[in-house]
Amino acid sequence: MADDQPKNKAELDARFTELYRAHLRDVYSYSYYRVGNHHDAEDLTEQTFLQAYRHFERALRESNGRPLRPWLIRIAHNLAANFYRDRSRKPESAIEDAGTISSPHTTESLVEGREELRTILAGVNQLPDDRREALIMRFALGMDNREIARALGRTDGATKVLLHRAIRQLEGIVADAPPDGASADPVEVST
Amino acid sequence: MSATDFESLLREALTPVDPPADLAQRLELTLVNLTELAQEELESWELSTMRDPRNWVRPAAAAVIGASAGTALVVLRVRGRHKVRAEQSSNLLELAERTIQDFAEEARRILPDR
Repeated sequence: MADDQPKNKAELDARFTELYRAHLRDVYSYSYYRVGNHHDAEDLTEQTFLQAYRHFERALRESNGRPLRPWLIRIAHNLAANFYRDRSRKPESAIEDAGTISSPHTTESLVEGREELRTILAGVNQLPDDRREALIMRFALGMDNREIARALGRTDGATKVLLHRAIRQLEGIVADAPPDGASADPVEVST
Repeated sequence: MSATDFESLLREALTPVDPPADLAQRLELTLVNLTELAQEELESWELSTMRDPRNWVRPAAAAVIGASAGTALVVLRVRGRHKVRAEQSSNLLELAERTIQDFAEEARRILPDR
């Protein structure tokens, strides 16, 4: 795929702009579900693209024409891990409260009035990190098994098993949840 | 609830989240600034490199090493043919002449641009 490489800096920047425009929403969605509020999600998204920009030429060279979305999500995944380690804290805001911070658009507003969906969202936040991330990538970002495997650094087979177990565990959590209206307290995002 | 129904609900619960409009603008501006800064930095670095005599050492050393290696090769080849020249020469003066000619020919072949 050497012919596909940008010929100069301007072309490289143009290619990065394409990548950024195509995947801004993906990175933002991932970041939002990962950190649980818009303020930190914006910060994480910005850091992800700045990091990606620094290594974009190499990524293009080594990707052999494969999509770069898993690479971007992996950067966000690593930065999110550092984010909590550096600050030595868990996110303080509940995912349900996040809408008031920045954007008028919130997942909560979409989920509002659907207690079933709120229960599922709360259940997702109770899952272990790897399972939660796999579900976010599959259902919020629409990534296939191969892309998720690349983003998480696992094999395709291990990713399939991970997703299957995540869904089964979540079904169990949702089935054990109190009946509609009984769980009004927001659930904090786990890390 | 079937697995398909549950996955549909999961998809609904994890709706993609649109980034705020100002994030896209801010990020684009940051990237443009980064590119311009990098370009300016590169240009000023190149200029300062040419002005700073400490940076002349490396190209000068490369030239010296290259010339030395070429010269050593000429010497080796000329020495390798010493026996043949000695056999062809009837006296020391003729041997010296042949050796000088050999040096000149090897130098022309190996160091054409020097």
